[in-house]
Amino acid sequence: EDVYNSPLGYKQTLAKVYGAFALTGNATTGQQDIPAEIIKDEGNSDFLRLYWNLQELTTDEAAWSWSSDAGILGLHELNWSSTNAIISGLYYRSFFQITLCNDFIRQAAEDKITSKGFSDTDLQEIRRYRAEARFLRAYQYWVLMDLYANPPFVTEDFKLGAKDLPKQTNRNELFSYLESELKAIETELAPAKTNEYGRADQAAAWALLSRIYLNAEVYIKIPKYTEAITYAKKIIGAGYSLHGNYQELTIADNHLNTDENILMINYDGTHTQNYGGTTYLMHGPANVPANISGSNGDWGGLRTTQNFVGLFTDYSGNTDKRALFYTTGQTLEMEELYLSKAGFSPIKFRNKTRTGGDAPHQDPAKDFSDIDFPLFRFGEVYLNYAEAVLRGGNGGDKATALQYINNLRTRAYAGSATGNIGSSDLTLDFLLDERGRELYFEAHRRTDLIRFNKFTTANYLWAWKGGVKAGTSVSNNRNIFPIPSSDLSSNPNLNQNP
Amino acid sequence: QNQTTVSGIVKSATDGEPLPGVAVSVKGTTAGTLTDIQGRFVINIPKPGAVLVFSSLGFSTQEITANSASLNVTLSENLSALNEVVVVGYGTTRKQDLTGAVTVVGAKDFQKGTVTTPEQMITGKVPGVSIVSNGGQPGSGATIRIRGGASLSANNDPLFVIDGVPLENSTVSGASNPLSFINPNDIESFTVLKDASATAIYGSRASNGVIIITTKKGSSGKLNINFSTVNALSSITKYADVLSADQFRAVVNEFGTADQKADLGQFSTDWQKLIYQDGFNTDNNISFSGGVKNLPYRLSFGYQNQSGILKTDKYQKTSAALALNPTFFDNHLKVDLNIKGSMQNTRFANQAAIGGAVSFDPSQAVYTNLSDYGGYWEWMNPTNPSGLENLVGRNPVGLLNQRFDNAKPYKSIGNLSLEYKFHFLPDLKAVLNLGYDISTGKGTVYVPATAAELIDQGGTDSKYKQNKTNTVADFYLNYVKELNDIKSRLEVTAGYSYNDYLTKVYNYTSYNALGAVISEPAFPFDKPHSRNISYFGRLNYNYDERYYLTGTVRTDGSSRFAEGNRYGTFPAIAFSWAINNESFLQDSKHVNLLKLRLSYGLTGQQDINALYGYMSYYNLSTINASYQFGDQYYQMYRPSAYISDLKWEQTATSNIALDFGLFNNKVSGSIDLYKRKTSDLLNKIPQPAGTNFSATAYVNVGDMENEGVELNLNVVPVENKNFKWDAGFNLTYNKNTITNLTVVPNDPNYLGFPGGTIAGGVSGQYAFINAVGSPKNTFFLYKQVYDENGKPLEGIYVDANKDGKITTSDFVKGKSSDPKVFLGFTNNLSYKKWSSAFVLRASLGNYVYNNAFSQRGNLAQFIGTQVLLNGSPNYFETGFKTQQLLSDYYVENGSFLKMDNFSIGYDFGRIARNTANLRVNAYVQNVFTITKYKGLDPEVASGVDNNIYPRPRIYSLGLNLNF
Repeated sequence: EDVYNSPLGYKQTLAKVYGAFALTGNATTGQQDIPAEIIKDEGNSDFLRLYWNLQELTTDEAAWSWSSDAGILGLHELNWSSTNAIISGLYYRSFFQITLCNDFIRQAAEDKITSKGFSDTDLQEIRRYRAEARFLRAYQYWVLMDLYANPPFVTEDFKLGAKDLPKQTNRNELFSYLESELKAIETELAPAKTNEYGRADQAAAWALLSRIYLNAEVYIKIPKYTEAITYAKKIIGAGYSLHGNYQELTIADNHLNTDENILMINYDGTHTQNYGGTTYLMHGPANVPANISGSNGDWGGLRTTQNFVGLFTDYSGNTDKRALFYTTGQTLEMEELYLSKAGFSPIKFRNKTRTGGDAPHQDPAKDFSDIDFPLFRFGEVYLNYAEAVLRGGNGGDKATALQYINNLRTRAYAGSATGNIGSSDLTLDFLLDERGRELYFEAHRRTDLIRFNKFTTANYLWAWKGGVKAGTSVSNNRNIFPIPSSDLSSNPNLNQNP
Repeated sequence: QNQTTVSGIVKSATDGEPLPGVAVSVKGTTAGTLTDIQGRFVINIPKPGAVLVFSSLGFSTQEITANSASLNVTLSENLSALNEVVVVGYGTTRKQDLTGAVTVVGAKDFQKGTVTTPEQMITGKVPGVSIVSNGGQPGSGATIRIRGGASLSANNDPLFVIDGVPLENSTVSGASNPLSFINPNDIESFTVLKDASATAIYGSRASNGVIIITTKKGSSGKLNINFSTVNALSSITKYADVLSADQFRAVVNEFGTADQKADLGQFSTDWQKLIYQDGFNTDNNISFSGGVKNLPYRLSFGYQNQSGILKTDKYQKTSAALALNPTFFDNHLKVDLNIKGSMQNTRFANQAAIGGAVSFDPSQAVYTNLSDYGGYWEWMNPTNPSGLENLVGRNPVGLLNQRFDNAKPYKSIGNLSLEYKFHFLPDLKAVLNLGYDISTGKGTVYVPATAAELIDQGGTDSKYKQNKTNTVADFYLNYVKELNDIKSRLEVTAGYSYNDYLTKVYNYTSYNALGAVISEPAFPFDKPHSRNISYFGRLNYNYDERYYLTGTVRTDGSSRFAEGNRYGTFPAIAFSWAINNESFLQDSKHVNLLKLRLSYGLTGQQDINALYGYMSYYNLSTINASYQFGDQYYQMYRPSAYISDLKWEQTATSNIALDFGLFNNKVSGSIDLYKRKTSDLLNKIPQPAGTNFSATAYVNVGDMENEGVELNLNVVPVENKNFKWDAGFNLTYNKNTITNLTVVPNDPNYLGFPGGTIAGGVSGQYAFINAVGSPKNTFFLYKQVYDENGKPLEGIYVDANKDGKITTSDFVKGKSSDPKVFLGFTNNLSYKKWSSAFVLRASLGNYVYNNAFSQRGNLAQFIGTQVLLNGSPNYFETGFKTQQLLSDYYVENGSFLKMDNFSIGYDFGRIARNTANLRVNAYVQNVFTITKYKGLDPEVASGVDNNIYPRPRIYSLGLNLNF
């Protein structure tokens, strides 16, 4: 292909490998990556909105008011089918991105790039791109392992557009693959904090490793907490620190937070426009006035349950600054699941700068967000460390864990130690709640609740869990999503999840 | 000079009416003329006693020795007239040599009145051809299906060939219909090719049938000027049912919240009455035809100006056509030059107003006393920067008046055909045809910054432009040999065809009305390009005018497929037996024609959206869809999905038919039985995840069958000196069955793929399934449960799989939206100088999903969203609280009988001291519809009825002057 005749061409195809996380297609609208037969409404077809919906709408943290939007019905009720548009949507989105990565890795193979007369500097750069594409592919296989457990598996060796059919894999195989793949590329990636903004470095690989080791008991029924600590420590040792102000983590100029950001999905109101992503998180919260969200108005959709609000002893935001709720006209209790006034509206994602001004690249219609979304940020690393220590991992200690948690809480309380906890307060249940308070709306919740065995069980009930107002438990096969029925009928190698 | 002039009148032997358009020529010379509208002709003959030849389509040719200066000639009708020719692909053929299913519609049978686009002229006239207009917008297109269409996902439109130039199916931007550029008044005839024997000569583009349009040509002789004008008034026949303002207030007051009751206004606004108007149409045409020496010419101009029944809809068309057909070298070289040009000037009304008018709150006023938002009343929300509520409908009158969507497309089609008869071998002809089809579409869209429609963006100020340059070159040799010794006639044609389709799409930056950039394109233009290269051949052989054989073959190469699959070969063979020429029938007084036809052949279909579906190419994203690395934004390259072994769809058609003419041809017609099997269907199906760059792609998978019967019957029930009634009746029965859809045939896990999008705030819901064993577009919905009074029970459906739960697995296959039978009935009556005609058309067994009812006939429609909305009174019948879009309650029988056209005319004959002829006609179109369907109009091409632009009733008055 002509595209690969210049180093810039490689960078522009790499831009797609990354941009596929952010955008719905090759234009603001109208050139979607995921065809309308899979997801009709393009604004729902980007990676972040799909992934976020499955990780958040299924939990105590979020509900969406419009039951008639494709795929919404059944998510919060934990009662979905294998034809659900959002479940199929993320599955095909992940595979779209894997296929892009495979293509890039193939086109950036050593024998292909060395024959083109590129300079050594360019070759080094393209090799680094290739390692990043392998990292992003690993990230997508982690998503598939976490949500679908037994997806098909393809790498760059697979011949496209022919009659070959991918084989099905499982969590054990995927876990080994991820471990070896991430470790293999560790040295090929840029050292931590040295790459261009928006691109993955070694810390991103460590953060993903730390995350999969923390969940290893769920994935392969073998604890790997020691390894979770090892990789958390690598990041801690690389010079990251908590950004001073929690409320600045998810606003229009959050790209300035180089102290805390590890890997972000980048959005821009002028250059990176779509109707999913953080645009959705900015407009989505119900009945939030436009001057608060920094948009042209709300979409009347996202609210949270009273159970989640209850994780904050003071939800006013006066003490714990992480409690960002719009409450005017909203009821605390989620009286109805599909009603925009039922439940508080989280206002964590605001398209405003830290000085309160408009986003720097605001589009004239104020439709699109400038807020970057953290795939990995440093705050999570402290929480991973503490939890791995409490769950018995070696290489860390409880005193350090307590210190890390209090670092987070001191920031949450705007520098005051009044929110700090004592050693006896540091329990696993506390950590789950703390993860909620710290990481809510950042697409962690479903994975965390499953690790704590609270996602499907009666151990924790929230409003409308199981489709009942008070909440009820559901069958534990809801811990993973089904393989879309359309793929079962196009690939006879696949069997449906149990 | 020995030349003398002969003049006279040609009349029909059957009714004594003058015959216009009869070719009069001097035998053995190239001199000739045509009769005028009064059947009159004037011709110079070289010497007294020359033989004049009179010929006309449908009549026996007569040769008369010109012994006097004045001649009165009568021609008798003869459906099986020898030497009558029919235009087929790449040449003509004698009518009796036809072995395939071909229907010719000439001027006499056209639908008349206000005709904006050519296909309207043959609606209901041809068995096997269904033409459903896409709505009442002036100049809008139609869905045309020949024998039900051969494809599922690929294009089902027939191929149009205008004077030898095949049209691309897609239209240029700014025009709603590719055929709309042709002035209907320039059309001489339509030839519809239906079975493989007739269409295989067009190979890979022929599966959906071919419609050949032949335009009018010049005549030798003196100048003939024809002026015609048709002026019409169009008006809406029926409004969609909605609640009146008082009914609406009652519903909100009974069920609404306190806030909602407070939102109610005090007005009674009928939004539909405010958006529709009576449209006016004027259509004026003038043509000049005649011959200057050996150069017959025809020059015509047309001007049409139409306002739609939706306010702000305007359509203006100016067209010109020139035809020159001289002959040289003692008739050995025939030249045929046709150039047609047309330009349109259109304002498209904002059709969002149609849906808006049936749902906007009728209790509100149209205007406020403020200047905001252009003074239109809108739903407000003070917390938003615009002051308006987001994501709600806008004032329909504002939607119309505040959008300026103007287009000015142009098109020119032309061809030069050179036909050379070899001097040394007159049986051999060489034909070179060079043609072009060039169009430019351009337009602008402007919405002011203050308009509520695009308030957040600040309006829009955008433009678009597209150029299409399609060229065609055909060369073929034709050899005809009469082998009298063995009572045989042989005709062989062989040739080559080259078609090139190049489009240039300009991409412009779009701005809002204040000049701020809204979006920027990746490239200044795109240039999609495709090319076909073909070789074709045809052989006609007949023995003793009793047994006829036709063999056709075409090899096509298309740039849409990879090298290995690029060429496809499409053969056809046909046989016919003229039973009436057998000795036992030859002298029959009652049987004038009896002919059996058999044919079998293969045709292809290559028209899918993807130009390069067989290979991957990288598409650069727009500037607004770039990705940030560091502080730079990079436009992204995305690879496209591809299927390396993509190839043609192939359709095998068998046809058995009988043509007949009885009782001096007072009863004539034909009956055709056909079966078409399409294999390697090009379907867009889900790809196994991880195997391609898109989750769906066009793949050759699946088979489908169409079986049907076509009957065509022409009867002359009454015929005497003063009164004549002739009637044409046609009937089509078509049955479609999908026979396979999966790579592994008949995979029981594969349900099929959905179709027929249901509108209504819900995405991803469909009315149809395309599944094995069923016809395409089979309804696939929940089976509604009713109470003892026949009222549907909300949300209660039959648990079809008896698993105790109502899930999508309980959908049940129902009827199909495609009609089983459709009929056309044309009547022409004349009494002395009066004439009258009417056309009836019926469709049976077509089912329609009433989306207007399902979307708006429920309580949630009125009070279930942020603002109050009007809805359908169907709510009073169901009492549904929320939308039940997936209930089969909404599937209705859409069978109908329509009178398309009624006309009455009077012929004043010679006026103004015998210098001119005058004829006056009055027409009514869309006269009435009889149906059980409860929606607006049962004729819905898509099968899902939602916000169609109403088809107006049109009253026209026409005048035709001939000098």
